[in-house]
Amino acid sequence: MKEDRVWQTMGLSDEEYERIRELLGRDPNYVELGMFSVMWSEHCSYKNTRAVLRGLPTQGPQVLQGPGENAGIVDVGDGLAVVFKIESHNHPSAVEPYQGAATGVGGIIRDIFTMGARPIASLDSLWLGDLSSPRARRLFSGIVAGISGYGNAVGIPTVGGQTVFHASYESNPLVNAMCVGVMRHEDIKRGAATGIGNSVMVIGSTTGRDGIHGATFASADLTDEAIERKSAVQVGDPFREKLLLEACLELVARGCVLGIQDMGAAGLTCSSCEMASRGGTGMIIDLDRVPRRETGMTPYEVMLSESQERMLLVPVPGREKEVREVLVKWGLEAVVVGEVTADGMVTLTEGGAVVAQVPAKALADDAPVYHRESSKPGYVERLAAFDTTGVPACTDLGGALLRLIGSPSVASKRWIWEQYDHQVGAGTVIGPGSDAAVVRLPGSKRGVALSTDCNSRYCYLNPRLGAAHAVAEGARNVACTGARPLAVTNCQNFGNPYKPEVFWQFREAITGMSEACRALGTPVTGGNVSLANEDGETAIRPTPVIGMVGVMDDVGLRVPMGFAAEGDIVMVLGATRDEIGASEYLAVVHGVEAGQVPALDLEAEGRLCRLLATAARDGLVRSAHDISEGGLAVALAECAIAGSIGATLRIGSDGGDGGLAPDRSLFSESAARAVVTLEQSRLDEFLALAAGSSVPATTLGRVGGDRLCVEFVGAAGTGMRAGAGAWRRLDVGVDALRAAYEEAIPCAMQG
Amino acid sequence: MKLGIVVFPGSNCDRDVQTAARAAGYDADFIWHTDTSVDGFDCLALPGGFSYGDYLRTAAIARFSPVMEAVARYAALGRPVIGICNGFQVLLEAGLLPGAMLRNTSCKFVCKPQRVRVEVASARTPFTLKLRPGQVITLPIAHGEGNYYVDSETLEQLELGGQVVFRYCDESGELTAGSCPNGSLGNIAGICNKAGNVLGMMPHPERAAEDILGGADGRLLFDSVAQWVQGGGRIVG
Repeated sequence: MKEDRVWQTMGLSDEEYERIRELLGRDPNYVELGMFSVMWSEHCSYKNTRAVLRGLPTQGPQVLQGPGENAGIVDVGDGLAVVFKIESHNHPSAVEPYQGAATGVGGIIRDIFTMGARPIASLDSLWLGDLSSPRARRLFSGIVAGISGYGNAVGIPTVGGQTVFHASYESNPLVNAMCVGVMRHEDIKRGAATGIGNSVMVIGSTTGRDGIHGATFASADLTDEAIERKSAVQVGDPFREKLLLEACLELVARGCVLGIQDMGAAGLTCSSCEMASRGGTGMIIDLDRVPRRETGMTPYEVMLSESQERMLLVPVPGREKEVREVLVKWGLEAVVVGEVTADGMVTLTEGGAVVAQVPAKALADDAPVYHRESSKPGYVERLAAFDTTGVPACTDLGGALLRLIGSPSVASKRWIWEQYDHQVGAGTVIGPGSDAAVVRLPGSKRGVALSTDCNSRYCYLNPRLGAAHAVAEGARNVACTGARPLAVTNCQNFGNPYKPEVFWQFREAITGMSEACRALGTPVTGGNVSLANEDGETAIRPTPVIGMVGVMDDVGLRVPMGFAAEGDIVMVLGATRDEIGASEYLAVVHGVEAGQVPALDLEAEGRLCRLLATAARDGLVRSAHDISEGGLAVALAECAIAGSIGATLRIGSDGGDGGLAPDRSLFSESAARAVVTLEQSRLDEFLALAAGSSVPATTLGRVGGDRLCVEFVGAAGTGMRAGAGAWRRLDVGVDALRAAYEEAIPCAMQG
Repeated sequence: MKLGIVVFPGSNCDRDVQTAARAAGYDADFIWHTDTSVDGFDCLALPGGFSYGDYLRTAAIARFSPVMEAVARYAALGRPVIGICNGFQVLLEAGLLPGAMLRNTSCKFVCKPQRVRVEVASARTPFTLKLRPGQVITLPIAHGEGNYYVDSETLEQLELGGQVVFRYCDESGELTAGSCPNGSLGNIAGICNKAGNVLGMMPHPERAAEDILGGADGRLLFDSVAQWVQGGGRIVG
């Protein structure tokens, strides 16, 4: 073994092998080496990122459980707790899109119910190559089908998310799955093995050879050689997941559970050493008792299998029989495989002989911490220097808007979410296609607002600002529905961390995310890091996806996105500046992905969020929609399409945009803005509230008709508003907007 | 009024039916699929979901659940039974209703609000007392195999016998091909047995039983059967 340096084939370096020898005081055997290799993979240990992640804000009065458990937990009032987490399943989805995406959904669902919560919603953040590529279309169809096939069958509504198409994801798509659950505070369960002598049980499905070394696979570049490792992709069984979900919640309700952990990445190895490490204990497991689905499995295979739909459980002493009865009722297995020990070791036996013995803490917590080299990539200054003043004025505002809302990343994602059951659970109050989804909490008037956000063009051009924007946009999205932003989970998707330029992107993004989370009072309760998202040459754009959770006290007061009624006043909140750098408009209409990322005033974001939540609580606004990709024009178009009604608007010299040229005013992506509508009778009250909140509020016109008309008047600022013609007037039928918006993805998929 | 909701392994709309029944003001309890008695219930519901994962063919295994014999006896007594989505598929597989389900013609799962037209007189089934013939209501659909198929002879019997209860339609109630989400013969969305007491339907009334969930048309079915039970249970037809 030593001669062959077998550890290298498992993804461990020579230095790491030496460290393992030091920790054990001897050479590890093959099984032990396998266990170290998966636990010390980036996926499980965060060895390359841990030092940077320490800077994240994780505390807050609302936080009941921060990072380090299977999922984060926040208090939402009424004795209820919301459990949530986002996780990547990128590499498996690149190789086997259906199963990769399906098991990504399955894994994150288990992370939620292992905490004792009933999952009530899922979201998915998908990043794919350009749809003109057959490979991107194949992966896209397969991934959506996998999410649909798994999530629908388990019966958890997929209520939202995002999907972005860009060539940098061509060979390495991203699938980030988020799940949210709810429970009462007293039902919170943790993944700790406590009580010396207590039983350890494997419950759920049987163990097979699927997914061996999945965590190692996920931590390496996606080269052709890696793609050959199809056996590292797990196969999902949503039916068993549903049974396991119900069985586990029944065990929690009966009070049978002392500690429980999902067997996800690194399977039995990860769950046993993490539970022991958290409990400050050890664990002895008789591998002969682990239920198998295949014969002749070696201890190595049993420990590294990533067979899905399994849990490791420490029951309340004396309740083992009851646990078995519950699992049998649900058609599943429950077997006592060992017990909690005092020695701090994970000890594995087969045929009565010890086959591996490793300190639990060494596996779970003592992975090396690397401080990777980081250097600013050359492209950053070059692209930031792009001068947007030289961008020719747009002479056809309506045409530009139609192109924008017909570009797949902006267009309607109905093709996707109609394949997802987004209503099962009878809790979806606002479903997919809005700023944030809103799901009511059972047994309460409260609701949660959920969103996933990231603009990877921003993050590529300026990772620190881009990541901060992702947090701000998430907060704005949930605030538009009337919720208070509460906390975030995050999925950090980057290229190979051994490249200093990639590591610089990562470090910058974490800094920006920390700044924004601190400023907005939304601590990070967990998440995951997915590195090595590259094919050996090109890396993906830095993609730090933020999963935002907000809460509203009365879900009956949630605010929809679409224009609500004829005659309502349309207002824009926040200030519009000349910020078309890095914008969707620049990319789609002018083919340029460069320039300065819009500035971010986190104080202003906080003020806007508080105003939106207060206005919703007081019933002042009838609709609210965040302004982000595509600027005011796209936001107005989406409001019109969602409400099936147009608007007639005039932007004067006092239009809140400092008299910008019409194209700049319409397509600028200045942050901290939203479009709201309200009844005339509430106008004074709302303006007073906005003034008191120090949020600029500008009346643009009224909802009505079947066209979206925006006329620029006055000659302030650049003087571009004088004269007549298509460049100072936007006038498009709502039907034409809808057609462009709805048909983009179905048409691309037929191509 | 007490509704019994049959829970198969893999059912996932059981709790939703309970929520809707409670919103309509009556009791609803679960019946586990291994139970052999359904006594004490005024109505039975077979909810949606993926019984046994639907791995073999939708509902092909659930029909063998021990509870199904009791359901068949209950139905034979003329008492009301509703199968929704996967529950409808179970009723087909169990032979309590004729026909079978094929995959949607799109070969994709589809979840969206769908207009359906009421095809029968109010008193034809216990579930339609509060609906009018020709009425267009909106109910969510969510299925991958809702493409109803039956041989032409049986189809004719269904049509002549007034057993087609709901059809997919457009906003104005027209039965266009474009308004059929799955390829069903005759745009069929729901059928009943000859006696009218057993109803199977693909749309989900339980998901449209409260305005906050986007519509309350589904509530009419829950209110109908409650009224029917209170009225002593009478089938016309």
